[in-house]
Amino acid sequence: MSLLRAVEIEEPTSALPKKKGWLPFSGWHILLMPIALLFAVPLVQMVLTSFMTDAEINSFPPKFIPTSINLGGYQQFLTESLAPRWMLNTVVVATISVIAHLILCSTAGYGYARLKFRGRNFGFFAIVATIMIPTQLLMIPTYVMFSKLGVVNTLAAAFIPWLTSAFGIFLMRQFFLSLPKELEEAGMIDGLTSFGVFRRIVLPLAKPALATLAVFTLLNSWNDLVWPLIAISNQDNFTIQVGLTTFQGTRRTQWSALMAGNVIATLPLIVGFLIAQKQFVATMTFSGLKG
Amino acid sequence: MSVSVDVVSSPLTVDPSDRKRQRRTQKRRANVTGWTFVGVSTFMVIGLSIFPAAWALLISRRKWNLLSPPKDIGWKNYGTMVHDPEVWAALRHTLFFTALFVPISILLGMLIAVALNQRIKLVGFYRTAIFIPFVASAAATGILAGFVFEPNYGSANDLLRRLGLPTQPFLESPTQAMMVIVLIALWGQVGFTVVVYLAALQDIPKDVVEAAIVDGANRRQVFRYVTIPELAPVTVFTAVWQTITALQLFDLVYTTTRGGPIGSTTTLVYYVYQVAFQQSRFGYGAAVSYGLFALTMIVTLFMIWYSRRTKIEAF
Repeated sequence: MSLLRAVEIEEPTSALPKKKGWLPFSGWHILLMPIALLFAVPLVQMVLTSFMTDAEINSFPPKFIPTSINLGGYQQFLTESLAPRWMLNTVVVATISVIAHLILCSTAGYGYARLKFRGRNFGFFAIVATIMIPTQLLMIPTYVMFSKLGVVNTLAAAFIPWLTSAFGIFLMRQFFLSLPKELEEAGMIDGLTSFGVFRRIVLPLAKPALATLAVFTLLNSWNDLVWPLIAISNQDNFTIQVGLTTFQGTRRTQWSALMAGNVIATLPLIVGFLIAQKQFVATMTFSGLKG
Repeated sequence: MSVSVDVVSSPLTVDPSDRKRQRRTQKRRANVTGWTFVGVSTFMVIGLSIFPAAWALLISRRKWNLLSPPKDIGWKNYGTMVHDPEVWAALRHTLFFTALFVPISILLGMLIAVALNQRIKLVGFYRTAIFIPFVASAAATGILAGFVFEPNYGSANDLLRRLGLPTQPFLESPTQAMMVIVLIALWGQVGFTVVVYLAALQDIPKDVVEAAIVDGANRRQVFRYVTIPELAPVTVFTAVWQTITALQLFDLVYTTTRGGPIGSTTTLVYYVYQVAFQQSRFGYGAAVSYGLFALTMIVTLFMIWYSRRTKIEAF
């Protein structure tokens, strides 16, 4: 199945011969330039607007570039809400999710790829089957389960859904299946246990797959709205996403503060994307579902 | 030089029952090792999806607000659902969104991918610009969209004014709000279809294209008779995937219109959210979410059946 793998986008591969046209540049630019601007300009505008005053934003005709750098929006967002707390919560949730995901999905993926044990097929089948169960079906029973377990209104409600995932296990298993068996066999002959082989031989080779998995989990846990929204109503334990939407609910017209909040909530991932574009793009293929 | 000798204490003749016992302990050890690797993950994945999904079916047969004890009312919630005009309205809004979002995201994804696969300048810039909205959360996207489509000083109306066109109410109009949400969803998620198509384009063997050119095919014919058929399986998969996503639209509705104006953007999942988490009708909410699950399965199976019939091997 082509979609359930992490792809790497290579350089353009079109084998078509170049056509000499009547334009001094390729005709594709006429299509791509406006589309690229439509995608990029709103984000640029978000950053620029966050430095304006509300009066400037409400002026007519609308301004695109602020006349001076104004930090009032940031000040308002950070002091009139619990934003610093929400950011810290989000960092905690994302860190726990990523670490747990890396450990749990790589061990499970290796187990299902290489080890022989009773119940292996059943376990793997069950995991693959869960990919078909949509989040919306789980909202109510998971909430009920969380409230019975007493995790409602705690940060745990935000990270428990992201500790491991069928996609992560599947991704790691596919990766381990693609490794040559000889190295592991050599390790066994040298007297390593299964766990030793996994830690000393397999994991160091799995760095690219682990990077993809880490980005996948970071994106999902950082941006998640549904779980913290339904399970956490105590402001102190909001993630930044839930915090932002409640802030939006009470200050519909204070755009500079809202845009500042948007920048604060998005910037870490945008910077991450610009640094590690390859890993981000690789995860896009199987995280098409943004909730 | 020292030679280390492993002393192997296996006698030449082994009692067969001994060997059997040995094999049994070996197997047991393999089982323990195996489940040590997969146990926690498997238990959690099942515990957080198969188990609650089954439980939801039980909840859907109850009248329950979580505070007073649940009352078993059989399949009554499903009967209520079929006669609930709000469910039908939510279904209409959901299908309207799906019917617009899925084909446009596929066509746009394919078009952009083909363009990004050309050897032209600035391709790196285009790619980054088109992919970057994908990392913005639904919350950030919704708030940003609220600003861009603000009727008075938003840039969407500013652009219309500059072009000499009449300004629009956008998210504040019951007839336009869902269309604007389609645009916002496309902005955030077209990156996904683009990546999928780019990967598929790069999997097309070059010699097939070259052979077609040698046979005298022009660029348009190559695209029509080589590229499009090669992309067919991916198109089926993407269509199914995007349909499942679209039928579950919730986040963007929550962060832009909260179902309004006048309920015009209340999708099925948003309705489930309202019923369960705002009105505390958990049993009824579970029934509606099972209804949506059934609908999703039917649509998905139909799409797979249809693609099989037209001989496209996507699954």
